[in-house]
Amino acid sequence: MSGAIGPHRVLSVAGLTTSFRSNRQWRPVVSDLSFHLDQRETLAIVGESGSGKSMTALSLMGLVTAANGRVEGEAVLNGRDLLKLFEPEMRKVRGNELAMIFQEPMTSLNPVMRIGAQIAESLHYHRGADWGAARIEALRLLDLVRIPDSGRRLDDYPHQFSGGMRQRVMIAMALACRPKLLIADEPTTALDVTVQAEILELMKELQREQGMALLFITHDMGVVAEIADRVLVMWRGNKVEEAPVRELFAAPQANYTRALIGAVPRLGAMRGEANPRRFTVIDPIDGRSVATEAETPPVTDTAPLLEVAQLTTRYPITSGILGQVSARVHAVENVSFSLRRGETLALVGESGCGKSTAGRTILRLIEPTSGVIRFDGQDIARLDQHQLKAIRPKLQMIFQDPYASLDPRQPVGRAITEPMRVHGMATAADAMDRAAAALVKVGLDPAMAQRLPHEFSGGQRQRIAIARALALGPKLIVADEAVSALDVSVKAQILNLMLDLQSEFGLSYLFISHDMAVVERFSHRVAVMYMGEIVEIGPRRAVIGNPQHPYTRRLLDAVPIADPSVRRRMRSRLAGQELPSPIRPPGYTPPERIWRTVDEGHFVQDVA
Amino acid sequence: MSIEAVAAVRPADRAGRPMDAFRSNKLAALGLLLLASIMALAALAPLISWHDPAIQDVVHKLGRPSLSHIFGTDEFGRDIWARTIFGARVSLMIGFASTALAVLIGSCIGILAGWYGGRLDTFVMQVMDVLLAFPSLILGMIVVAMLGPSVSNIVLAIALTSIPPFARIARAPTIAIKSRDFVDACRSFGFSTPRILLGHVLPNIVAEILVMAALWLANAIRTEASLAFVGLGLKPPIATWGGMIREGFDNILDNPWLALVPGTAVLVVIFALNLLGDGLRDAVDPRLKDAT
Repeated sequence: MSGAIGPHRVLSVAGLTTSFRSNRQWRPVVSDLSFHLDQRETLAIVGESGSGKSMTALSLMGLVTAANGRVEGEAVLNGRDLLKLFEPEMRKVRGNELAMIFQEPMTSLNPVMRIGAQIAESLHYHRGADWGAARIEALRLLDLVRIPDSGRRLDDYPHQFSGGMRQRVMIAMALACRPKLLIADEPTTALDVTVQAEILELMKELQREQGMALLFITHDMGVVAEIADRVLVMWRGNKVEEAPVRELFAAPQANYTRALIGAVPRLGAMRGEANPRRFTVIDPIDGRSVATEAETPPVTDTAPLLEVAQLTTRYPITSGILGQVSARVHAVENVSFSLRRGETLALVGESGCGKSTAGRTILRLIEPTSGVIRFDGQDIARLDQHQLKAIRPKLQMIFQDPYASLDPRQPVGRAITEPMRVHGMATAADAMDRAAAALVKVGLDPAMAQRLPHEFSGGQRQRIAIARALALGPKLIVADEAVSALDVSVKAQILNLMLDLQSEFGLSYLFISHDMAVVERFSHRVAVMYMGEIVEIGPRRAVIGNPQHPYTRRLLDAVPIADPSVRRRMRSRLAGQELPSPIRPPGYTPPERIWRTVDEGHFVQDVA
Repeated sequence: MSIEAVAAVRPADRAGRPMDAFRSNKLAALGLLLLASIMALAALAPLISWHDPAIQDVVHKLGRPSLSHIFGTDEFGRDIWARTIFGARVSLMIGFASTALAVLIGSCIGILAGWYGGRLDTFVMQVMDVLLAFPSLILGMIVVAMLGPSVSNIVLAIALTSIPPFARIARAPTIAIKSRDFVDACRSFGFSTPRILLGHVLPNIVAEILVMAALWLANAIRTEASLAFVGLGLKPPIATWGGMIREGFDNILDNPWLALVPGTAVLVVIFALNLLGDGLRDAVDPRLKDAT
């Protein structure tokens, strides 16, 4: 356990206030924040977007721009107040005693510099090591972060590494000068769950070996439960609660913390329940319960609304002047499933597994290579443009980024009415009424219809996107990571809304997601995708409660659980494992798959 | 993350209001003012000048600036001031018409190439590259020499030289927007391609095209003057700035104002349009707006 509190205080922060000037006014983004960190200790700062958690990190690093930013207070690291240091001195501290890892491993490495040189640079600069010695040390660091075949990879460029590997390189760089304090700002947010689990495990182990203090900034309560010793909860620039991790999860004091924890689904909490369950939503200010948990009614229809059979989508990769097909990406390979009215089927898997392509192919936003998509008695894959247009209103989609899915120059009212007008479903006045009704349905004020998308918050935009889909009277909604970009509490509200709409209108959802905990809470059935194929499909209770395919097990095992009392023992897989890519030579025929029936409706692909 | 935090503090600034940024840019306002005054002079030319730009008065040829001829007279005794403001009509008209034509054709080509991609895109953009490879003056000269120096032919020639940049400026953002989710959303609603292109792609790239248009308008006016200077402009006695500079060139040592006055007019218009274009670009591009 890494929680043994060391005798040495590494960092003590008192009265940290960071403000930015806008419109000739100083507005604080972090107000009067105080905390401390000891050797070998991990403090997690948790909060939603705009809570000031990242600003805290940037303030400590001295990276707040002096032009319009101001940092006040005190932050003592090893007896020196970081906030009083001048830039040349601060530069010696940064990367040396104090190091930072950022969220995007893709953008925080210099793309034109070999990684060995990038790591060595810091050693050369701070420790005056000559390049030869620095290079040997860089090699040792790559071994430390468990990069396989480190000797050969030292001279590779960042683009030759996968996301998880790049984050390992970032960690190696941060650890180069054996910092006393490592600040990690959402270091695993951009990574897949299995990779996230590896990186978290690596960071825990490195902390044990090196004895540094870790300031871990995240929005993910699951990750907090996994890694933190103590937790500091931030809300709108203020500290609302600070407590040891077990206490915080067991008995949260502040209303906001209760709201946050109430909104987080815990994988495994739904054991034995067949139907989705609504989320508790607590008002962060007065602590009243705004929505309560409730199980949703079961699905009664038996006839399938959507039947997908042997669906295959491949992209050719061409090369040469003549554009010959040199390989094919088997993005979706022989996928079959069915979906009933009022039912939610979750399509889960990691990035690149083909789940989004499958969803878009069903809507014919991407053309299928072969297969049948039978919806409401018609084969969508064989419809011509005219027939397709007629069926479009019944099949709608909600996208991950609601800002990207709304035309930035179109007022939201028009965004909702335009599809109705195009389909001749309503006259101009009628369409406005229906748009207003749809906005009310998703919990927005119809008076907002004149505004542009950028005037709304992320959660409100997603509500608009739902209203727009809803206004057409759909039967099936493909939700592609529809809540992944939202803050925890907003996520719970949107999921509740979607559940309510489902029971009211009998909607079917194809819920595409990488988040197993949300999937467990939200869906009736689950299909696990791996390298373009479904490897396991069945009732949610069966697939999550009794996973049969090794990949499903690996996926479930990697999900951080928002409960520190079930923190798992060290995992065996520390060394990075790369996800294989589904790129095949042109003549490739996929092997015949054999399916095994586990239980009623629960099928698993036999591993060859 | 940090950007999001700052954005949360000042949500109104996030997308910004281009017109506010434009108004607060003093240089752009100066550009607009200059351009508006020259356009007003051109429009009101017959009222402002008490000389006919085409009437010759050989007795008073090459006259120095005086009360009656404030900028003097040319070698045929015509009033330079009158010829300059009447010349502004020709220059501005050809400039605006050719730029408008180039914007229209170039944007269509660019949007279609960007949207459909593939072989069409490759072919069209290669044609544009070939057009770009010719210096615009040479290309303009070839066209005018072939078709003859009439207003419509000069407009056509200049438009032809400015189509490639507009095709490029329209193509790049179209490709970026094509992959945005809202375009997929439009398709999932069953919108037709023309509706998506005109209703959703065009409004999102029109600002960039307008900025480019302001800058290329200056270019078009310069090309027109250059064509006239090399003798491929409108036939005399119609007053054009390029033609006046060409005529004044013969007497540049003795009577410098002959070439200087129309030359200054060209300079002021191009300067004004560049200020305006830069101001528009700052207003449209949020990255540049934050930097200033």
